[in-house]
Amino acid sequence: MPTDTNIQLSEKQEVSGAAEQTREGPVYEPLVDISEDAEGLTLMADMPGVTPERLTIDLRENVLTLRGEVEAPPPNESYVLREYGVGAFYRQFTLADSIDQSRIDARLKDGVLHLRLPKVEKARPRQISVKAS
Amino acid sequence: MDRLFEMTWGEPASAPTAGVFPAMNVTQDADRYQVRAELPGIRTEDLQISVERNKLVVSGKREMPGESDAVSYHRRERAGGSFSRSLTLPADLDADKVEANYANGVLTITLPKAEAVKARQVTVKAS
Repeated sequence: MPTDTNIQLSEKQEVSGAAEQTREGPVYEPLVDISEDAEGLTLMADMPGVTPERLTIDLRENVLTLRGEVEAPPPNESYVLREYGVGAFYRQFTLADSIDQSRIDARLKDGVLHLRLPKVEKARPRQISVKAS
Repeated sequence: MDRLFEMTWGEPASAPTAGVFPAMNVTQDADRYQVRAELPGIRTEDLQISVERNKLVVSGKREMPGESDAVSYHRRERAGGSFSRSLTLPADLDADKVEANYANGVLTITLPKAEAVKARQVTVKAS
């Protein structure tokens, strides 16, 4: 991808209500890319501040739930400028295809989740030979 | 690209952003400022930070993996490209002692205030 374009600021979208919270504080929607190829789906999600220990990925009945907690900023800091909110990340997706749960691969690096969701292998098409009587 | 601090000075509550990527949060204590920005998925060698007097400039690029033809996208919300953001702080900085740390996609820059502007404790002696 060319890098000569300037990144536009997109403000973090706060989620209200839907997310069951385990902690106090605001909850935001991570930005995602979801792509599909013949073998499966790839999901990339920006979750800055989230560490692997604080990330949960849940898939049941085709509903994929991502939740990442971040460390709360030190409470006694005095803000000079506050342009973005800090809080947990939460987002749910409904997947159309059946995913092979046993082969899901998740990696988190530099605040980016890379999730590979392989599709269940479909029954192989069978060739039926017709015998001449 | 430049954001004047006077506009939000003394407004610690969430203020409208400068509209420039990346959004920044700035905190301070008596000796230093801490500037934070969420920059997930960036290589540290693609980040440039410069400080002059009371002005901080953070620029860089975010490379996104190339796409193959066999792929169709359902959602594309993440953006790649270059960025440059400058920020004018309320006091002069000690440019030699600036430290930057990148962890879990969050950049934290620690900017010590210049000696001349640090608040000094003055003890009043009884005569």
